[in-house]
Amino acid sequence: MKLGILGTLSLAAMLISQVALAETVKIGFVTTLTGGAGAIGNDMRDAVELALDHLGRKMGGSDVKMFYEDDTFKPAVGKQKTEKLVKKDKVHFVTGYIWSHVLLASRNSVVGKGPFMITSNAGPGPVAGKLCHEDFFSTSWQNDQTTMAMGEVLNQLGIKNLYIMAPNYAAGKSMVKGVSRTFKGKIIGKDMTKFPAQLDFSAELAKIRAAKPDAVFVFYPGKHGMQFFKQYSQAGLKGEIPLYSAFTVDSLSLPRLKDLAYGSLMTQFWAPDLDNAVNKRFVADYRKKTGRYPTFYAAQSYDTIMLINSAVTAVGGDLSNKDGMRNAMRKANFPSIRGPFKYGNNHFPIQNFYLRKVVKDADGNFTTSIVKTVYTNHQDPYAKDCKMSW
Amino acid sequence: MNFSPRTSIIALLIIGLGAVPIIAAGIDEPFYTVLFSRMLILSIGAVSLNLILGFGGMVSFGHAVYLGIGSYVVGIGTFHAIEDGVQWMGNGFIHMGIAVGVSALAGLVIGAISLRTRGVYFIMITLAFSQMFYFIAVGNENYGGDDGLSLYMRSDFAGLLDLSNDNTLYYLNFVVLLASLYISHRLTNSRFGMVIRGTKSNEQRMKSIGFPVFRYRLVAFIIAGAICGLAGVLSANQTDFVSPAVMHWTRSGDLIIMTVLGGLGTLFGPVIGAVAFLFLEELLSGFTEYWQLIFGPMLVLVVIFARGGIDGMLVGLDRWWNRLNIINKEGDL
Amino acid sequence: MNWILLLEQTLNGFQFGILLFLLAAGLTLIFGIMDLINLAHGSLYMMGAYFAATFTQWTDSFLLGALLALPACMLFGVILERIALRTLYTRSHLDQVLATFGLILFFNEFVRLIWGPIGLDIPLPGLLSGSVELFFGIRYPAFRLVIIAVGILVAFLLYLLVSKTRIGMLIRAGASNRQMVSALGININLLYTIVFGLGAALAGLAGLMAAPIMTVEIGMGEEILIVTFVVIVIGGVGSIKGAFVAALIVGFIDTVGRSFLPDILGLFFSNDVADTAAPAISSMLIYILMALILAIKPQGLFPPKGA
Repeated sequence: MKLGILGTLSLAAMLISQVALAETVKIGFVTTLTGGAGAIGNDMRDAVELALDHLGRKMGGSDVKMFYEDDTFKPAVGKQKTEKLVKKDKVHFVTGYIWSHVLLASRNSVVGKGPFMITSNAGPGPVAGKLCHEDFFSTSWQNDQTTMAMGEVLNQLGIKNLYIMAPNYAAGKSMVKGVSRTFKGKIIGKDMTKFPAQLDFSAELAKIRAAKPDAVFVFYPGKHGMQFFKQYSQAGLKGEIPLYSAFTVDSLSLPRLKDLAYGSLMTQFWAPDLDNAVNKRFVADYRKKTGRYPTFYAAQSYDTIMLINSAVTAVGGDLSNKDGMRNAMRKANFPSIRGPFKYGNNHFPIQNFYLRKVVKDADGNFTTSIVKTVYTNHQDPYAKDCKMSW
Repeated sequence: MNFSPRTSIIALLIIGLGAVPIIAAGIDEPFYTVLFSRMLILSIGAVSLNLILGFGGMVSFGHAVYLGIGSYVVGIGTFHAIEDGVQWMGNGFIHMGIAVGVSALAGLVIGAISLRTRGVYFIMITLAFSQMFYFIAVGNENYGGDDGLSLYMRSDFAGLLDLSNDNTLYYLNFVVLLASLYISHRLTNSRFGMVIRGTKSNEQRMKSIGFPVFRYRLVAFIIAGAICGLAGVLSANQTDFVSPAVMHWTRSGDLIIMTVLGGLGTLFGPVIGAVAFLFLEELLSGFTEYWQLIFGPMLVLVVIFARGGIDGMLVGLDRWWNRLNIINKEGDL
Repeated sequence: MNWILLLEQTLNGFQFGILLFLLAAGLTLIFGIMDLINLAHGSLYMMGAYFAATFTQWTDSFLLGALLALPACMLFGVILERIALRTLYTRSHLDQVLATFGLILFFNEFVRLIWGPIGLDIPLPGLLSGSVELFFGIRYPAFRLVIIAVGILVAFLLYLLVSKTRIGMLIRAGASNRQMVSALGININLLYTIVFGLGAALAGLAGLMAAPIMTVEIGMGEEILIVTFVVIVIGGVGSIKGAFVAALIVGFIDTVGRSFLPDILGLFFSNDVADTAAPAISSMLIYILMALILAIKPQGLFPPKGA
């Protein structure tokens, strides 16, 4: 009985798909849409929709269909949703992925199974190194890079003793590794907290106070970042020990953090005020559409759609021509919010990293602005472990 | 043979489950093989939980631990088989053997301590043990910690079975499910099973008759754990991924729900429950994003009104059918 | 050993313990008197936080928001008891676990439908958002001191209520012998409603006080619910005194373990081992403690008399 219904439904679906003339470009987008991190996924979805608007909702003459899936912040769920996208919805591109552990869990269900996989945020070491694959691309960065830039900045500021805090999951570990790669002083304390369960940092903050470091560096994406900044200030540490961060203060938390983060420094590959035509249009239209400044998550998601468009257009909508699409994507020949860039052999961008600061814009909104360039055309340290060359 | 509606529906369900890969291939929707494969694996887990929960009245809120143990045996084994080239660690027979052994051992330890308590204390202490195992997995950085471990191969059955084929894996799951049903049937109808059932309704009486109740319960607890460990082995192969989430306490809750939803203390109840649970999840979540808004109250209503679960409703259907038959026969007269 | 750090961590553990106590007090009373395992107790905690966030937005004052949220929570609890939970009192523990598990799912989605999936946050008034200098130069967040103060006050009031008033006498009697209380002609339904409303208000209080430190979000009650169950089981189900002692023990062990375990392990193992094992072991500590206590005292530390 149940099978009968399912069978009829899918038969009907097959008939409909055969009626359509040009094949629709099907894009799966796995992100977090519920819970505390739901705001991030929402932001990414807004950016994807904006990108599609900019493209007139067509790629190379074909219609585009998006499949948004909620990973609920859990690797096992993300993996299951990815499986569904590949096997049931039969998408051509699987994209999105905020979290490194979700990406790592999901990767095997996509690469080698037909569709291309494009990460719009997460950049754990293995997929950039040993596990690099011809069907895997990134429109973000490799995790270590941003914090390597932060390590350089801390050196330049003359920081000798550093205390590090990060959540205990794949990305947290690589962020810590990144800063340790370049920071020349001494790391006098390190706390890896339970993620996402732990939101109360009182015990760790007490340890920081006792350790008396020159500076504190944290990586806390999403709502955890906001909690950390709040509690740091409530504990009276703000103003006593300077706090540096990566991926912790973003356009979602700034309207809520306001003065708590004012003047705060971080490293990033992009900022809303990055000076190029594509970015200006993106930021202006995004603000018009949503009333918010875009996050870096949004910027990367916008690029994901543009990258796919460049591939589909290059093959004239012939989605069976995977080699053609791959070659097109390798050229990174699309209008990127970060300006023109090149792909490394591992399909991760070789790009600039900047030091950003929290400022107020002309209307009094809190946003971030570029202070200086830390790295020019920086390639991630895992690229050399990737055996792929082209 | 008595072809009552209940027997017919259960028989149809089992035959239907056996035919899933063929039908899925026929309509070119291999996704359904994966979905039903998950149903089979969780059915095995629910059948094993039913042994202690349904027949023995032991409300274990930590049964997912064994799913985790089985999964991690495969995860860790294949990890070393790939990374260090240790061939035997990828062997499926060895996975199954170790999973059953370790699960039984864990069952022995957990049971020996937990079974000394009763009621809510038993529920909570089994939960506490599952939390301990959960955090051990979270803390085990070598094997992925919280992030879990991706499998780069499935259990290798020395050329006998090729699990990388989803259909082969499906039928392995199916066979293990049938085997666990058989074990469950034999056990519950044996003298051992009678004692276990007896302790559920009146522990004092069984004690005074002279049965070593504690030991009987402990053995049941161990057997249930061992079978569920096997389900864990299959689950890891099915998802190609192992993470602490498989033994999160909500997973244990899901297993209880499946067992109760299908019908406690009946042979096929847990299978019906697992299939219905995943089917509802798939159906409702496709229908609305807020599917739990419907699923939650449904659960409450099942508990309050349908005490025998779905199988209990089928029994009700049988009664109605029999009455109808009797009336018809009387009409004939 | 850094004594000032230990002292500060003890305060942190105390503050966490107080929150746990507020949750555990209601849960243990409901269990002790109605014999109901209420997994949805964590949902009441969540509702407390959401109510407080909404009322704070309306009134522009955290204090007013909190004061409005308490009766709202109590009312919510009373309605919940009347509609859904009343039928469960006579059921088996298994049925109760299942039905209230279903309620958790329902409330999570319900909150998502009303307040959206993202979550809210409660801004603290300026006075409470800073830190205060205590003895030995310890600076401590002002709001956490408020939590401790409120918690101690509530514990004291609860003590007075339970040991000095008629209602309290009935509650104590109910916890140790339910049949006897109803046999004496007490309006048992009313007593149940009062106890449940009280428990809901306490859970709501815990939720609204935790809210400004953490965030107000869906599912926020689930992690802490499990810890709360650990507390009442260690303390002895039905005993307020047990809940208080166990809450402080659990709060202390959890916080201090998190802080000092890496150092302690570092004495015995290499730093790498200590770094990776410490978070897992510190998360497990309270469960190990519970298993140990139940293995020795299967009824918990302070089982109510006659239970």
